[in-house]
Amino acid sequence: MTRSLGPLILGRLAASAFSLAFVVVTIFAITAALPGDVADTLLGQSATPEAAASLRHAMALDQPAWLRFWHWAGDMLHADPGRSLLTGRPVAELVGPRLYNSLLLAGATAAVSVPLSLALGLACTMARGTVFDRAATVLMLGTVSVPVFLIATVAVFVFAVQFHLAPALADINAVHSPLQFVRVFLMPVATLSGATTAQMSRMIRACMIDVFSAPWIEMAVLKGVPPVRIVLFHALPNAIGPVVNAIALSLSSLLGGVVVVETVFSYPGMAGLMVDSVAARDVPVVQCCALIFCMVYLALTTLADVVAVASAPRGRDR
Amino acid sequence: MTNLISVRGLRVTGRRADGGDVPIVRDVSLEARQGEVLALVGESGSGKTTIALALMGHARAGCGISGGEIEVAGHRVDRLDAAGLRAFRGRTISYVAQNAGSAFNPALTLHRQVIEPALTHWVLPRREAERRAVELFRAMALPHPETIGARYPHQLSGGQLQRLMAAMALITEPEVVVFDEPTTALDVTTQIEVLEAFRAVLAHRGITGVYVTHDLAVVAQVADRAVVLRHGAVCESDATAMVLERPRTAYARQLVEACHLPVRPARPAAAPADGAAAEPVLTVSDVIVGYGRVDARGLPARRILDGIDLSVPQGRILGIIGESGCGKSTLARTIAGLQPPAAGTLRFRGDILAGGVGHRTPEQRRRLQIVAQNADLVLNPAWTVGAILERVLEFFHGLRGVAARAEALRLLDLVHLPHALFDRRPMELSGGQKQRVNFARALAARPDLVLCDEITAALDPVVAAAILELMSELQATLGLSCVFITHDLHALRAVCDRVAVLLGGHVVEQCEAASLMDGAHHPYTQLLVSSVPEMRAGWLDEVAARRRATTPGPVPPAADGGCPFTPRCGLRVEGVCDRVPPPIINSPDGQRIACHLPPDELPVLPRT
Repeated sequence: MTRSLGPLILGRLAASAFSLAFVVVTIFAITAALPGDVADTLLGQSATPEAAASLRHAMALDQPAWLRFWHWAGDMLHADPGRSLLTGRPVAELVGPRLYNSLLLAGATAAVSVPLSLALGLACTMARGTVFDRAATVLMLGTVSVPVFLIATVAVFVFAVQFHLAPALADINAVHSPLQFVRVFLMPVATLSGATTAQMSRMIRACMIDVFSAPWIEMAVLKGVPPVRIVLFHALPNAIGPVVNAIALSLSSLLGGVVVVETVFSYPGMAGLMVDSVAARDVPVVQCCALIFCMVYLALTTLADVVAVASAPRGRDR
Repeated sequence: MTNLISVRGLRVTGRRADGGDVPIVRDVSLEARQGEVLALVGESGSGKTTIALALMGHARAGCGISGGEIEVAGHRVDRLDAAGLRAFRGRTISYVAQNAGSAFNPALTLHRQVIEPALTHWVLPRREAERRAVELFRAMALPHPETIGARYPHQLSGGQLQRLMAAMALITEPEVVVFDEPTTALDVTTQIEVLEAFRAVLAHRGITGVYVTHDLAVVAQVADRAVVLRHGAVCESDATAMVLERPRTAYARQLVEACHLPVRPARPAAAPADGAAAEPVLTVSDVIVGYGRVDARGLPARRILDGIDLSVPQGRILGIIGESGCGKSTLARTIAGLQPPAAGTLRFRGDILAGGVGHRTPEQRRRLQIVAQNADLVLNPAWTVGAILERVLEFFHGLRGVAARAEALRLLDLVHLPHALFDRRPMELSGGQKQRVNFARALAARPDLVLCDEITAALDPVVAAAILELMSELQATLGLSCVFITHDLHALRAVCDRVAVLLGGHVVEQCEAASLMDGAHHPYTQLLVSSVPEMRAGWLDEVAARRRATTPGPVPPAADGGCPFTPRCGLRVEGVCDRVPPPIINSPDGQRIACHLPPDELPVLPRT
């Protein structure tokens, strides 16, 4: 009657692998199409055409694109992202700590915003049409509309400058105790959570209200089922698919789309590294970062798809 | 004896977007005694469901109970607060929804939903509730009562779900059960089983019932008293027999009449003026449609239609009837070119008709038009009626401007719509008007053949009767040929010349529509015809008793090649019917029956 999830997950993974292959080619094509290269950056003002050409030759940048792609893709398959063109250090060494920092920030933000937006979304659904719902809607739309850099700057001004509650710069080397962790992460996490929570809870509310228009919700009301039980027991299981997708979409932007926050709080994350590397045309680092962002995105959406199918009995049967 | 339900001066109002109030139910009073079944009868928009829900203290979004007294089993429902209502609903009064397919939560097992009222109201401990659920499943004649609860809603049929929903309503042993059109979405053959199960349980437990329906024949079977509603007010209220046999108001008479559609008299086939006219408009030969793995001959493993042979003579209406899932809509899609057949041929006026609509000539597409079931879905809501018609006129006939407008107005005349509707949009029209526009749109192409797929299924009986009348009229004046697909025998008999009975993708019988109700027939035709409720008390008992006597024991479903009716056939021959494709018996009057029984042993229907 009910098929196992194995083949389904395998199918999704295969589809993800296909997307990843496509992404690898695209990333290479885009980085290859960037105007200028690292030779210009390194030589700066003193660049003569001869010097640049010999530097390019030394860095193997003068090889044809397909050959460079062949080497790069081959190395990537062995999990070797190569060396930075700028500093000569292995890319893994550069990206590793930044990835850890970014995951820490994203994880902390997710830990705050997911439960918060679930609670807010459900509360708005139950109280839809009331003053609470309307106030929450205005607040959420407002939060989404205000640019993140403004929120971040205002947060710095209020919490760090005026009340000295938290340091203005997120120095993660200063974290040695849970309390310090909270102090350091308070502002970046609060800033990021604001926008993420607003977006997620809006989507959750929309999914839940859609589910609430179903006839079986009226049936549950007519059975005398209390409202809280209707939301948690009847509506939520049916909303898991869309809700998990909404959450995955919001979270996947937490890793790469936070340049502004990292900049304002001087937080050493992946996004900043990538932007700097693009400016310097340090192609191996850019490629590695882009690939990691895409993989996280793919992993999250794949996971959301699997959860959505697994949560619907009708989906499992097909 | 005191009244268990008593409603006085009930008013329900809806709030419009602009803040104004619209009365939905006005000053309705009704009562029902302990153990009685009260029917609320009316068309859509009559307020019957609104009243039924008001008995439970519930009003749908945008509506509110604004006045009157509602007393049910000693509770003043209109004065209960939220907590009081919760304790009252599902305990004292319970609800059986119209469409069990959508009223069960798709993500939860049936079992958890069925026992939920008992647990919510602390009536029974879990173990006891489970035991009682199984007991109720058995009383409702559900298959595998011990294990059926472990399934999910999408794994069961509509008839089974409807009975499970009744079991859910009864699990707390309520005093009142509200049935909201519980059999409307079911096939007639299933409806009988469900109605009988409902009635037996109500009578056995002395429960008071409120039965909402638009079908007077069903009212005759289940209700003691009937309240006829119109525009949210009581039109007539009396004992069922009185309402049905001696309706006092004009509206009630109209409702009763809509249930007795005049049967179309037999007409001789159009006399061939010359040799060519004798040729059928449409011929379907050996058509197979299916899906799944394809075998060496290019035939699919799972067949929706299997070996269909039909023809539509010039100027005649061929009716196709069958239960849900018999393949009748697929047949319509195949003829329309939306679902190309895996094998077989379609011919239109002798020329081969390509399987896919994209391969047909514009002329062929013009000459074969379809009128879909749901006018709401096919009429573009952003366009006016005139634009909808003019577009077809321009596309097929190149008419523009004044000429197109004149022709569009002529089409409105043809379907009896006032010219004032020309500039209206579909949303502003009633259901019947929309179906007429839908019809006019098809006629705008000046087709030779019109495919009508369940065109009256979504309409109220009185409106449907008018549409059927229009169809007969158009057929007579324009000499139209039609394929009329329906599950409604009354509609079929009112318009069709010839009938094909479809079962499991096979045509089991073809005969003249006039001879459908009497004479010898395929056992399935006999089952179908005798399942249509009649508007007299006691009919259900007779049929149910007859069914019990002839219902065969369960057998595995027919193997490939056997007769699709074998598992349900009381006259089957084991080892033959389930293995060998039935031969076709041709009788001199044009009747074709696919059955193993010798012609003189076929079941005979009494003349009605």
